[in-house]
Amino acid sequence: MSTSLPPMSQRGFLRWLWRQLTSMKTALILLFLLAIVSIPGSYFPQRGTNPILVDQWIADYPTFGPIFDSIGLFDVFGSPWYSAVYILLFISLIGCVVPRLGVHWRAMRSQPPPAPKNLSRLGGDTFEIEGESDAVIENAHAFLKKNHWRTVIGEDADGSRWVSAEKGYLRETGNLVFHFSLILILVGIAIGGLFGWRGNVIVREGEGFSNTLTQYDAWGGGRLSSAESLPEFTFTLESFNVEFERGNSQAGAPRLFEANMVVDRPGEQGSTTHLVEVNEPLVIDSAKVFLVGHGYAPHLIVRDSKGQVVLDDAVVFLPQDGNFTSTGVVKVPDSEPQLGFRGLFLPTSAISEELGPHSIFPAPDDVSVFLGAWAGDLGLDSGVSQSVYTLNVDNMTQLGLESLRVGQTWQLPDGSGSIELAGFERWASFQIASDPGKELALIAAILAIVGLSLSLFIQRRRVWVKVGQVTEQGPSSRVKVEVAGIAKASGHDAIEQVDNIVETLKGRSA
Amino acid sequence: MDFVNSVELADASNNFVYASMVILFLATISFSVSFAAGRRRVPQIEVFSRRVLVESSGSQVHESEVELTQLDPGRRAANIGMSLTWLAAVMLLMGVLLRGVWAGRVPWGNMYEFSISSALGILVVFLVWSTQRDLRWLGLFVTIPTLLTLGMAVTVLYTESAQLVPALKSYWLVIHVFAAIIGGGAFTVGAATAGLSLISGKGWFTQLPSREKLEGLTHKIIAFSFPIWTFAVVAGAIWAENAWGRYWGWDPKETWAFITWVIFAAYLHARSTAGWKHQKASVIAIVGWLAFLVNYFGVNIFINSLHSYAGV
Repeated sequence: MSTSLPPMSQRGFLRWLWRQLTSMKTALILLFLLAIVSIPGSYFPQRGTNPILVDQWIADYPTFGPIFDSIGLFDVFGSPWYSAVYILLFISLIGCVVPRLGVHWRAMRSQPPPAPKNLSRLGGDTFEIEGESDAVIENAHAFLKKNHWRTVIGEDADGSRWVSAEKGYLRETGNLVFHFSLILILVGIAIGGLFGWRGNVIVREGEGFSNTLTQYDAWGGGRLSSAESLPEFTFTLESFNVEFERGNSQAGAPRLFEANMVVDRPGEQGSTTHLVEVNEPLVIDSAKVFLVGHGYAPHLIVRDSKGQVVLDDAVVFLPQDGNFTSTGVVKVPDSEPQLGFRGLFLPTSAISEELGPHSIFPAPDDVSVFLGAWAGDLGLDSGVSQSVYTLNVDNMTQLGLESLRVGQTWQLPDGSGSIELAGFERWASFQIASDPGKELALIAAILAIVGLSLSLFIQRRRVWVKVGQVTEQGPSSRVKVEVAGIAKASGHDAIEQVDNIVETLKGRSA
Repeated sequence: MDFVNSVELADASNNFVYASMVILFLATISFSVSFAAGRRRVPQIEVFSRRVLVESSGSQVHESEVELTQLDPGRRAANIGMSLTWLAAVMLLMGVLLRGVWAGRVPWGNMYEFSISSALGILVVFLVWSTQRDLRWLGLFVTIPTLLTLGMAVTVLYTESAQLVPALKSYWLVIHVFAAIIGGGAFTVGAATAGLSLISGKGWFTQLPSREKLEGLTHKIIAFSFPIWTFAVVAGAIWAENAWGRYWGWDPKETWAFITWVIFAAYLHARSTAGWKHQKASVIAIVGWLAFLVNYFGVNIFINSLHSYAGV
């Protein structure tokens, strides 16, 4: 940062501010800041990707949790301070690059500067050859043209003629393309953020889904996206196949997930079947359907005190660990009194003192559920919406705990009814997303890489060839030739280029 | 039959990795001997003696060659070190290839495989570069981080070969990881030259190339690796779009890849900013490499990330 004080007048001050903002040092500092402010986003759980973990974090640290939340540490990349840094960086970038655009445009259309008076001071090579001055210049000029140098021929006051040549304009072109591509990427991200949408849905085997807002478990759309613009389609999850590693190494690691889906679209005759896998999403118009998870849904049958069936359904339980120890909640509002269950579903059951009931393998080798039963008021009539995965037991009394295997029934105490584990189903979770900005972002990213490579690998060089008459006159005419060159970037030179020219001139005259 | 075959392949792969570690250790010793001997060497004499070689003819050449050997006590040890490094790279390549044959897929399914491949990446970048210019002085500072990477791989990160988790079953695995390995290897070599540029000319390190020369080399290698790293990040984003439904989601691995990218972008800017070209730029290059290390080891070990799978 320059140490000079800002000027007093308002206009002068603004100009000073602009110059500071667009200076390379400011860009450097902003780049560092961007790196530093990104770090908490990798350490703290983020609302956008893991809202459950965020709530847990805040609950675990009641003092710091809310403070960190209020300063945006759980939503770093959407926080005002993060935005401030990258917006300043992009302003600095634009302010730095736009003026260079004009400079480069003029440079591209202008001729190389005339050769310096004294070439020998630049190193290079000086030698004498036989030939006419014009012929040597022509030689050099033809060689340079053939190798794509931009050239200009001129003459000094003392009569010596020269060729001045420059190459490597693509370096700055690449540099500018790279920086403008970064702006384009940001535009692509913004378009995706404004017009894109993304929803999650859990679908049990045999169950269907139709692409309307109400069918989603969670949906988020950009400010300018609308629920009416969702592409119309329905699908049914026919079957879901999953395999796990059974060898000693990495036992339990997933080896295969695949969802067999039947898709229907309006205006299309008949259904189509698709196999959706983890790296193989289903593409429907602007939307993509991704397979993102799976789990178990125990099929439970609940009877009330009179033996009437009040619930007969597969209830989605959410996996809590790699072995699919899953938790879930069953609410039975239609019995008298109302019944509620909290449950653990274990695909391969085990009990230890340390962990309690838990699963030791993700495949359903030895299935059981552990249930806790409550009777009383579920609180569903209070008007406050409840999650299907939590049970509010404030106005309920606990009836007891029991474990069930498939086909077993638990008679609840006091004749409150019974619950039976009839079996289990699988479910798959899908993310359905549309991002209209991603193509632009991709094209911009490719442009950025091309521009970057040009700006880093192409060197800007100037070379000069100067031909003067030799003072003493011999039988055949001889000329004195000077060849020299420079590279613009430090650490580079034009020795190879100069050598090539020298070789050509000597070779052709010999 | 298949089982016997597979056990043999597994053992062979591991043996090649161990063999390459032993050879690399010997290379490190050779480079150390060269380094210690070189302390007594005055750099200018070397340049001078070379010129004699070029300009003289006949028997004089012979004489000056003898002179050269006497003037360069560490040269022979450094040459042995280079040969051993080539041999270690070949051994490691065999180890990585056999691992792939054994697993029946690209050998980048877990952190162990990724680490032995990264160690190979460092050696390949160094050795290929060494065919363009004399890098014998750098050998010691490349073999040590490579050995540490391999040591980490065989002790902490070792995983029996197994199939890929479904998320990794994509040809983008090959493209994305290959670019990350080469980019990371070059960042590591760049960190070595950057670190040396900070101490060149001081104390033990008078024999190293000049500070300016080392800074120039650092710039060259980072200019090479930065576009590759950019490509690795973009390829990862394309893959993520296909597998997870978004091309960028600030997963910790993505965040740290971005941080690494930003720091090296700062390095390149620093190189063309007055007052930042020299020591400060070198420090930035080292910080960038540290961010790369966090991205590579730290995220998998300490942070819950979508990239945590298969053992670590």
